[in-house]
Amino acid sequence: MATAEATPVAVSTAPPRGSLWQRVQPKLLPAFTVLAIIYLMIPIAVMIIFSFNDPIGKFNYQWNEFSLQGWLHPFDWPGLGEAVRTSLVVALISTIFATILGTMIGLALTRYQFRGRGSLNGIIFLPMATPEIVLGASLLTLFVATAMPPLAGKVPALYPTGFTTILIAHIMFNISFVVVTVKARLQGFDRRLEEAAMDLGANEVTTFWKVTFPLILPGVMAAALLAFSLSIDDFVITNFVSGTTNTFPIWIYGVIRNALPVQINVIGSIIFLGAVALVGASTLRSGRAARIR
Amino acid sequence: MTAATSTQAPTGPGWRGRVGKALPYILLAPGLIFLILFFVIPAIQMFTYSISTGSVEEGFTITWTLDAYREGLETFGKQFLNSILYGGIATILCLLIGFPVAYTIAFRGGRYKNLILFLVIAPFFTSFLIRTISWKILLGDEGPVLGPLKHTLGILPGTFSLLGTPVAQVAGITYNFLPFMILPLYVALEKIDYRLIEAAEDLYANRAAAFRRVTFPLALPGVFAGSLLTFIPAMGDYINAELLGNPSTRMIGNVIQNRLLVQNDYPVGSALSFILMAGILVAVALYARALGTEQLTG
Repeated sequence: MATAEATPVAVSTAPPRGSLWQRVQPKLLPAFTVLAIIYLMIPIAVMIIFSFNDPIGKFNYQWNEFSLQGWLHPFDWPGLGEAVRTSLVVALISTIFATILGTMIGLALTRYQFRGRGSLNGIIFLPMATPEIVLGASLLTLFVATAMPPLAGKVPALYPTGFTTILIAHIMFNISFVVVTVKARLQGFDRRLEEAAMDLGANEVTTFWKVTFPLILPGVMAAALLAFSLSIDDFVITNFVSGTTNTFPIWIYGVIRNALPVQINVIGSIIFLGAVALVGASTLRSGRAARIR
Repeated sequence: MTAATSTQAPTGPGWRGRVGKALPYILLAPGLIFLILFFVIPAIQMFTYSISTGSVEEGFTITWTLDAYREGLETFGKQFLNSILYGGIATILCLLIGFPVAYTIAFRGGRYKNLILFLVIAPFFTSFLIRTISWKILLGDEGPVLGPLKHTLGILPGTFSLLGTPVAQVAGITYNFLPFMILPLYVALEKIDYRLIEAAEDLYANRAAAFRRVTFPLALPGVFAGSLLTFIPAMGDYINAELLGNPSTRMIGNVIQNRLLVQNDYPVGSALSFILMAGILVAVALYARALGTEQLTG
């Protein structure tokens, strides 16, 4: 994340007192960018502001007055605490599995020559290029099929859908993202470091754990972070495979027909602030590490 | 795949060499098996259902009928068109908004580069659903935008509303997928050697010509990747239509989820998913040809 050195600015010397257009024109792009960033931030601001609302009735759509009720009772709605817990557990387990499986594929793809490597590189992209709705729909058809003839009884039944099927779906869609992230990290890897370790007498296993792994760890951690955030946010695929089990997004989808509790904004804000803090901390750390090196 | 069988027998003098040769396959096997089980086989299963007849109660049998495809296309042509239209408009809007932003970050970002990039991806730290609900709050008939415009300023008539219109729906889609456009555009622009643009300006081009003849062609891979990353999820989206649109602006995603989750109509739901997938593949191929760069995917 090293910042590039000062990029050449197109108009470095300000034109001395030209026409209005000449003075305004260099500021147009930055101004437009600021507006776009504000556009991106608005819904987040709304989410946080409305988490302090005391809504009239059941729907938190209109500002009424400031209140801390939501923040003091963040899980005060039937099923909400359970759903948030499920989301966290699914995200944690699926991240661990997807990170391990994906890192292994990433290692194989970048460091070894084998038949079919080229096509595999392309195939690994397919799950990311498939619309989520198609991924969800096809998984559902498979899960349904495991409980109906001719498959019923011959394979473990994955229907009715629930916790297990959510987990399977999340591991599946996360693997490709992990592979791509880990591969990007491995591409700049200096293999001579491993050769040096081997020359000094380390075997493959020792070399891997003492040299290779510590070097790719930041990439693996980045992949795990990405997988975790994708999992905790996923709605479209999960909606197809969740049955009666609720994750946080599924719970929101179910409840918003009858109410819009302020707690949605509170939990959303907590997740947002937590993610920002996590990313901020890891950026600071890697920045410091880069400086030390 | 056959080499994976040599995982046993770590004895004998040559075992290390043999394990070494099998190692890539050992590393690949678990992940690939998982993807085959839960990505490839589901796709096959979905295709099977799309050419089957039956019901959840009686089970489905393959009858090689194309009825589900015919029914799907005949009944839901409008929803397909909505998907293409709204997804397409949102993609173009994302490109129009995203390009200047990516350009600014890449060439004028300076020391704010990482901060701006961070702000661009910040929406991802909030649930997609919550962001869309936020737009519903914002655009509500008596919400923070329309309320003052109607009552305090009196610019708009009291009956004016944005929610439930295609405008709100497209705005929501554009918002939700904008970062997917900005990031690949930024990556492509960042790679451009700025001296090329300066050279063009030195030689003959005014800034517009330099942009048209140098910057934009070099950014094409980013335009390609960004449009796909925006258009593909936008086509399949059904949350924006449900929360911000109205029944006549429903897209194909709404129909697929209704058929599969509410009506248990697996043949038609599967056929529609397959048409969506195939349509996207064709669109990608045509688009790649239209942009005419071979290394686009590289």
